Amino acid sequence: MAANSLPTLEEAVSEIESGSSVAAGLALEHAIPFAVGHELLRQGTDDLTMIGPISDLLFDQLIGGGAVSGIRAAWVGNVSAGTGYRFREAVENDRIRVENHSNFSIALALKAGAMGVPYLPTRSLLGSDIFEESDLFARAEDPFTGDEVVQVPAVNPDWTVVHAQRASPEGDVHMWGNTGITDPAVGAAENVLVTTEEVVDSETIKSDPSRTAITREQVTAVVECPFGAHPSPLTGHYNRDNEYYLDYHSQTDTQEAFDEWADEWVYGVENRDEYMELVDADLSITEPTVAAEVQYGQ
Amino acid sequence: MASEEYTDRELMVSAAAAEIDNGDTAFVGMRLPLIAFQVAVSTHAPDSMAVYESGVVRDAPADGFIHTMCDLPNLNRAVSTTGMIDIMSRLQRGDVDVGFLGGAEVDRYGNLNTTRVRAGDREVRLPGSGGACDIACMADRTVLLMPHEPRRFVEEVNYVTSPGHASDGSGRENHPAPGGGPSALVTSKATFGFHDGELYLRSTHPGVDADDVLADFPWDVNTASDVGEGTVTTTSKPTGEELELIRTFDPDGFWT
Repeated sequence: MAANSLPTLEEAVSEIESGSSVAAGLALEHAIPFAVGHELLRQGTDDLTMIGPISDLLFDQLIGGGAVSGIRAAWVGNVSAGTGYRFREAVENDRIRVENHSNFSIALALKAGAMGVPYLPTRSLLGSDIFEESDLFARAEDPFTGDEVVQVPAVNPDWTVVHAQRASPEGDVHMWGNTGITDPAVGAAENVLVTTEEVVDSETIKSDPSRTAITREQVTAVVECPFGAHPSPLTGHYNRDNEYYLDYHSQTDTQEAFDEWADEWVYGVENRDEYMELVDADLSITEPTVAAEVQYGQ
Repeated sequence: MASEEYTDRELMVSAAAAEIDNGDTAFVGMRLPLIAFQVAVSTHAPDSMAVYESGVVRDAPADGFIHTMCDLPNLNRAVSTTGMIDIMSRLQRGDVDVGFLGGAEVDRYGNLNTTRVRAGDREVRLPGSGGACDIACMADRTVLLMPHEPRRFVEEVNYVTSPGHASDGSGRENHPAPGGGPSALVTSKATFGFHDGELYLRSTHPGVDADDVLADFPWDVNTASDVGEGTVTTTSKPTGEELELIRTFDPDGFWT
């Protein structure tokens, strides 16, 4: 498949149907696929169940735009400012279902999904209300030692969405920097949508196979989408746009205020190029670190 | 160098940094601990390491301000940038010495709530656990940090996001979580330890009266002398070197 036949963001996101479960924001505050989130809002996709560890703004925006009916996550808010007002208001008014996790429990749920096993045990959650108030998890005795453990059932999202530095048209993906729970979420998903800063040929991918985080048979679609993670940072490409997070916090404390914010940043732009014209912060890498050359061979 | 003027949060960073021993592996999350690790590794704990649930492992301060653990200066020249299951597995094996936790509410056993609090007749939803529950359950010891506000000190937390000690005086012995539980609470007025799993006043910050601190709690808080842990002391002021470091790591005072 040649790069010019890759789907547009609009085309690829249209494959995500209303009612889907979608894992996103898997590298925590790093490499969050905001471009996909905003396209979901523009297309009016709704009744989504969002899955993730912490969500630094993305889930709050999707909730504000009316796209979400359920959350399975450990934390939803704004890491720079604390509260995500759209999440808070939706929960307080019973407009969304929330399944409370810890970061490790959602990680293990996806890992179990990726491994094709029904559950994984953990020593976390014991003594917490995340466990006690939930009917999701089970208490069990380790059959070998008799220790008490918690069983975390597998989660298999309909979609996992990731933003990566580079990918080939075939769907092989290089990522670097921290990845959080990207790996288990990709492995667990029925479909994987990859947005990427740069589409490269397969030879580039194969020149450094240790950097390949996702391979083609796992991937449903690759979309070239520079700045697809803004305002979150992406290793080697751009820094966190912290002012955006603070502005969002101060501009979305009511639904009316959010709608006004979204009219500018989501509905008021047709694509990512137009979106980036709204960004005036200089987020460029100031002191590039070039990795030591790596040689493979035979 | 003589101590100069400092903010409450600068003192909290200094006190939090003091909780990291040289050689420790510290689990660092959001906000003040991001600065505290950098101070500790630059001063008394040069052989300490930080792990972050995002997958970052560091042995040195970031060369630039970080709002979050995933800001590029925290990834640049890290020892490793890996994934969460790797980091959490180290925690679960018992390989993390100290973890830092914040909270909206804390009770006498160090149970923390960051999920939902009551405000009059309504419940306010907070962001939730993140990795806090995992750290609370499984780190060898945890250090709790929060602003000193009476509404945060409660007889019973509204929701146990991050478990503390058992309520029977056994600490973590009769508690299902495997880690060591809370070892210290640092507020903007005082520091506290835990004795038999219960909070006690360890030190007050310079200029703060112990009786005023104790009056902020809805139960009779033990003091160091009540539990045979010496007497209530005065928290060390941040040194000139620490203040210089804090202001280098957080030049605009965003967190401090």
